[in-house]
Amino acid sequence: MKTVYVDNNATTKVAPEVLEAMLPYFSELYGNPSSMHFFGGQVEKKVNEAREKVADFLGAESSEIVFTSCGTESDNAAIFGTLDAYPEKRHFITSRVEHPAINNLCAYLSRKGYRVTELSVNREGQLDPDELKESITDETTLVTVMYANNETGVIFPIEEIGEIVKARGIPFHSDAVQAGGKIPLNMKKSKVDMLSISGHKLHAPKGIGVLYIRKGTKFSPFLIGGHQEKGRRGGTENVPYIIGLGEACELAKKHLDEENTRVRALRDYLEKKVLEKIPNTLVNGDRVHRLPNTSSVSFEYVEGESILLLLSDLGICASSGSACTSGSLEPSHVLRAMGIPFTAAHGSIRFSLSIYNTKEEMDYIIEHLPPIIQRLRDISPFWKDYLKAQGKK
Amino acid sequence: MWDYTEKVKDHFLNPRNVGEIENPDGAGEVGSLACGDALRLTFKLDENKRMKDVKFKTFGCASAIASSSALTEIIKGMTLEEAEKVTNRDIADYLGGLPEEKMHCSVMGREALEVAIANYRGQKVVKEDFEVVCNCFGVTDREIIKAIRENGLKAVEQVTYYTKAGGGCGQCHPKIEALIERVRKEMEKEAPPVKPERKKLTNIQKIKLIEETLGREIIPALKADGGDLDLIDIEGNKVFVALRGKCSFCPSSEFTLKQYVETKLREFVSDEIEVEEVRP
Repeated sequence: MKTVYVDNNATTKVAPEVLEAMLPYFSELYGNPSSMHFFGGQVEKKVNEAREKVADFLGAESSEIVFTSCGTESDNAAIFGTLDAYPEKRHFITSRVEHPAINNLCAYLSRKGYRVTELSVNREGQLDPDELKESITDETTLVTVMYANNETGVIFPIEEIGEIVKARGIPFHSDAVQAGGKIPLNMKKSKVDMLSISGHKLHAPKGIGVLYIRKGTKFSPFLIGGHQEKGRRGGTENVPYIIGLGEACELAKKHLDEENTRVRALRDYLEKKVLEKIPNTLVNGDRVHRLPNTSSVSFEYVEGESILLLLSDLGICASSGSACTSGSLEPSHVLRAMGIPFTAAHGSIRFSLSIYNTKEEMDYIIEHLPPIIQRLRDISPFWKDYLKAQGKK
Repeated sequence: MWDYTEKVKDHFLNPRNVGEIENPDGAGEVGSLACGDALRLTFKLDENKRMKDVKFKTFGCASAIASSSALTEIIKGMTLEEAEKVTNRDIADYLGGLPEEKMHCSVMGREALEVAIANYRGQKVVKEDFEVVCNCFGVTDREIIKAIRENGLKAVEQVTYYTKAGGGCGQCHPKIEALIERVRKEMEKEAPPVKPERKKLTNIQKIKLIEETLGREIIPALKADGGDLDLIDIEGNKVFVALRGKCSFCPSSEFTLKQYVETKLREFVSDEIEVEEVRP
């Protein structure tokens, strides 16, 4: 059975170039970059080169790049690192649709006595900058808002938010784990002070992340230890993965155009055909301000896990915001925050593409998805009710 | 990814008895779109009042569809009285088990059957007569109590897996906890635990079972209080253990041993087990 992988917001394939770049750093060039001998020194040089590549990809200076173990660590470091640097302030602002790495951390801090404001989103999944304006107080220590949403692909107006936040002199963090590699990021022109990136979302392996920290940002380290990363993150550098991430960032920069032309066209093609062929289907989220690779579609009157398993049976790998797939009982907090009705929220499927996808793969999905939805609707008691009600009208 | 049995996969991919019977003798529907799953069950009886034809329609995940399909296969040919005795366990067992988080799918099957039978008899299962404990999913105390009784549930989390109650905002957790305690007390009073017939164990089986019981039931409980225990030797039915950590100098360690370790080993291994402590 062939595998059609369209779950790239979950994780991506490690690019062959990335893997190749990494391999010498396991058992040949295994030195510690901090060592005083030539053997470690040559590795340090390569780590610095990788740092340059990551910085170049983000439009940053290499001294502003801190390597971490994953996107979640970057988020934790940004939030704890800021709250710790301003111990007298007890309020921060986030959104209702953040990834659990932020969402659950905010819930934790709220239990610990911090006041947390969660900005709402509209039906399109968009924020209201005025709500942010009204939420900022003298007590506010940090604003953390994601760059683009992992489930819907909706891109937030980060620079507009940044203007508001920086006008009040407050540190601004953005979780850009889903944005990295999909849309251009340029920290030189940005209002963002701290930015989280995850390696495995842009064809580097799992286990490596980045926290960009703008020069001059007050920050106290989250992982306390050695002098590594200029004292901003203890722990011996994960050399092979850093090398891999450097390579992946270089590739991502090269592929950014393709991502926004060919991949976008594939996504649009898939979405258009799915909407055409399957009635009672809707796209979740703002379709204008959206990542080029992501499509969240809801099929009314059927449930997401069933769709996923039938797709999986044909080798198609996607994901869902339905309750049953996560083991929780409620559909995704993102779709609920957007006010997507229950008829649709339980039947949402996310397709997320990468440069490795082809038109043939889209056609394969377009061929097999309609009968799957029809089959589940034939089993669903609500579909017949719906058709009956339509007939009466 | 869920670890579904082959039987669950089969009933999901090839569901039996899908549809709706026109003019059924009994019909029942439980769940809703909001809750994420729903089941509509219809049946027709033959002249001997046996389930002649049973059909279902389900909105839900793979295990909900498989549970519905299994339910229809189980009750076909049964009398109403027989069908009434079908529990959610029977549905789960028929499928070779369900992941615990998905047991509510089997409960949904049982509930739909109950509603359909009541419908046939001209009765109604009225939710209003009972207290809604979980507002997020509209689960009543009656449903929770039934699930606790039929499945021997011990924790709030389990009640959520079986009934969905408590799976939303979580405000009802204390209420669920109180229900568990109440029902378990009632159950103990009604039926003091009967000793199951035990197979005669070989020495090797006995040693293995003692080790398993220590590892699964006893040591974790001791560890929770900062203690630990090492198995030193087994001679016939005598089990020699040494207490470690806090247990070893706890004045009530004698009590711990006799009352706890021995009771547990007798419960799971053999009534003749005697525990002796080896002191360093």
